[in-house]
Amino acid sequence: MLTLSTQLNTYLIIGAILFGFGIFGLVRRPSLIGMLIAVELVLSGASINFMAFNHFLAPDPTVGQIITLFIMAIAAAEAAISLSIVIAVYRNYKSIEVEDLVELNG
Amino acid sequence: MNPSLFSPEGLAGVIFLILICVTMIGAIIATCTKRLIRSVSGLAVCFLGVAGLYYFLNSPFVAMMELLIYVGAVCVTIAFAIMLAEPDEAKLARKMSGLSGGLAVVCGGAVSFALGYAAVNGHWMAPATQVNDGSLKMIGASLLTKYSMVFELISIVLLAAIIGSVALARAGRRGN
Repeated sequence: MLTLSTQLNTYLIIGAILFGFGIFGLVRRPSLIGMLIAVELVLSGASINFMAFNHFLAPDPTVGQIITLFIMAIAAAEAAISLSIVIAVYRNYKSIEVEDLVELNG
Repeated sequence: MNPSLFSPEGLAGVIFLILICVTMIGAIIATCTKRLIRSVSGLAVCFLGVAGLYYFLNSPFVAMMELLIYVGAVCVTIAFAIMLAEPDEAKLARKMSGLSGGLAVVCGGAVSFALGYAAVNGHWMAPATQVNDGSLKMIGASLLTKYSMVFELISIVLLAAIIGSVALARAGRRGN
């Protein structure tokens, strides 16, 4: 049990579980902000996979760290944009629940 | 093979187990609570654990960035959005139960199981040689040489995100 941190599989399974929690929350949450939180979980699961492969398997161990930094930047931009969309939607519909926004289906 | 509990390796293993627990508990709180503000707190706890995992993966710089960007910026932004949009908590809680819960468990479990199965049964080959040690100095060097174009593109994306979010959040404000 105590040597878990030196095995690749541990990190891959943690990443898979976080990804699964993200999908779970994405399907289960009825509100836009809850879905955004679930998306952040999905992104961090993907980042953990990148970092694990980077540490154990990559010949150049800077690549995964740089990709993870880019994922963080994209996630921050995505959070800012989607939260401002949520605020704009709330201003028009007085609600952030997905079911109240069926008009946006097109 | 197994280190004793009070050797440095054993203590590191105990800390690693604690970090896994923190990550999982944070993820559970983030997805399963009724109130959104609690799930943001759970998200912050989960990212704290993830940052610890990055530290175990020999990259303290990325761990610090995780703390700064995710816990410090993204979670605070989401908390502000929750305060501004004031979701109807009672209505949300009523809608949570029912069909979507079972469907969510099936979807999340299937994805998680498939990824875990692929990870355990894959044949990963260790690299023959490592061209550098992955230190912060090497990260900086390759950010400014090999990945300089991507670096600049990320800056443009962030600038566009800032301008776009300000424009989106301002629109329609004067009318009210």
